[in-house]
Amino acid sequence: MSALIETQQAVRIIDGEIPTTLVGGIDLVVHPGEFVAITGPSGSGKSSLLYLLGLLDIPTNGEVFVEGKATSKLDENARAQLRLSTLGFVFQFHFLLPEFSALENVKLPMRALGKLNERQMQARAEELLTSLGLADQMTKRPDQMSGGQRQRVAIARALANDPAVILADEPTGNLDTKSSEQVIAILRGLVSQTSKASRAVIIVTHDLELAARTDRRVHVVDGKIASEEQLTPHSG
Amino acid sequence: MNLVLTIALTHVRFRIRQTIVGVFGVAVGVGFSIMMAALMEGSQNDFVTQLVDSLPHISVTDERRDPPPQPATLAYDAAEIHGLSTASIRPGIKNPFATMAAIESWLPGAVAPSVQAKGVVRYASRDTAASLVGVDPRREGAVSKLATQIRQGSIENLYKASNAIILGDQLAKKIGARVGNTVTVVGGNGNSIHCTVVGLYHSGVSQADQTQAYMLLKTGQILAGQTGLVNEIRIKAQDVMASRDLARRIESETGYKSVSWQEAHEDLLSAFELRNIIMYMVVGAILLVASFGTYNIISTITHEKTRDIAILKSLGLRQDTVRRIFVLEGAIIGVIGLFVGWALGYGLTLIMGQVEFKSPFIDANRLPLLYSWRHYIVAGSVALAASLVAGWFPARKAASVQPVDIIRGAS
Repeated sequence: MSALIETQQAVRIIDGEIPTTLVGGIDLVVHPGEFVAITGPSGSGKSSLLYLLGLLDIPTNGEVFVEGKATSKLDENARAQLRLSTLGFVFQFHFLLPEFSALENVKLPMRALGKLNERQMQARAEELLTSLGLADQMTKRPDQMSGGQRQRVAIARALANDPAVILADEPTGNLDTKSSEQVIAILRGLVSQTSKASRAVIIVTHDLELAARTDRRVHVVDGKIASEEQLTPHSG
Repeated sequence: MNLVLTIALTHVRFRIRQTIVGVFGVAVGVGFSIMMAALMEGSQNDFVTQLVDSLPHISVTDERRDPPPQPATLAYDAAEIHGLSTASIRPGIKNPFATMAAIESWLPGAVAPSVQAKGVVRYASRDTAASLVGVDPRREGAVSKLATQIRQGSIENLYKASNAIILGDQLAKKIGARVGNTVTVVGGNGNSIHCTVVGLYHSGVSQADQTQAYMLLKTGQILAGQTGLVNEIRIKAQDVMASRDLARRIESETGYKSVSWQEAHEDLLSAFELRNIIMYMVVGAILLVASFGTYNIISTITHEKTRDIAILKSLGLRQDTVRRIFVLEGAIIGVIGLFVGWALGYGLTLIMGQVEFKSPFIDANRLPLLYSWRHYIVAGSVALAASLVAGWFPARKAASVQPVDIIRGAS
């Protein structure tokens, strides 16, 4: 099975008087249907690796492939288009637009992509929010919702354009236990559903308990992969 | 609704106080610009109209711009001439009626002869200097507004008495003369005749009303001391603005100095041009200041929205899309401000039109205003352009936000 997302000797160094190496040559391959956790101590470079995978940052050296396509030479617009159509992000802080309702926030990526008409976008946003248990929260703005609800809206937004890869940066880092459980269950469900086997989920977390519930754990230390552990057998 | 428009509208709607301040700034700029332009151009037009109406459009006089060349200078490439004295030339336009007929044959408009002379009007031992104008009443009505400006009597009354005279109302008041009185008029060369006042006129131009007196052409010729004299041909052109070109042609055909109303008041018209430049600079400055308000607001929004911009870009919005959002916000403020400003400008102009005042120089007691759609278009366009530029700079900054920097900072 071909990789959904892959890094080849990805290096990210921040220039300065003393250059700082955030990612120091990482090879990582993620296949469809995988639920991967990137773990590591603070400052280990796990979030930086996620930003490279999510095309939010450009590797200083090496390459990032998304669905087999090399991305480091793409211009900003092409990278933006790839993010819009292929990748979905969930951040530690929900990062929803505060003036927009849950429904409008979920419709944003669909509007930006412009493949669906207004009626279809509305139907899909409602379907996503309903499936995440937010049927009664659709018209509420982020400040009218709990932390867990906001994060679920953020997941719905990440899923809006049906991306191949969901990238989540500490998605439960700001949530209570109950909400964390819900979010993990949802993320797990994104790859375990038969119909969604073509999708991969990559999360960055320092929570080892959470990482233990994924398919594979990639432990990063000082910008390099220190260890990799297959937690559940994967068909790929 | 379009995504860019949705986000832009949401931003301006949720920052209603800032938006109102921005809109108010643009509206005040546009409104006052319109009012000022209406006032400035209105007063200018009013003045020019009075000039054009009260005076002939073209005045052909018996002067020449350059002295006639000496035969020697025509015969040789270079000639040195000594001991010349100025030749005494009989004043007046030669063959005036033939000249008038020649002009009338091609010029669209009306032509009338006149005699201009300086003199003194005396009544009850009171003297006052006057400009004496001998006219042909049958033709004069077509080249000046004298016939309609007569308050007592009529221009035809000039035929009803021997040596009839029509005085400016202020001139008459100055010497205490009334219609029916006999005044003594002394010409420049000392000729003195008794004239019957058959009318009073009021042009509204103080200078004219205080000094001018009209009489028959023949009477004017007697006072000028020369029978058959016509020293000015007055012309009213159908196309007022073509006067300068027509004057040039008349001068080239007749050889006599032909002065259009534009040339006669060149200094005044230049002053108006300068005044217009100053006006548009002030208007531009007002709108520029208003655009600083818009810049400030869009700048504040982009600053407050840096995190949202990063999120939008991380979702996949392109740089130009982000830029368009904030330029559009500037445009929204500009457009709303423009419409409010139009209404404000119209209202202010109406109010200015109600202001009453008294001036010793003109009859009007209300400010002359010009309602022109051009003022609205110019003020609106400048305000809109300024708003777009004011939105552009913060928008450019917003578009260059690197999402990873913001997200990393927020995490």
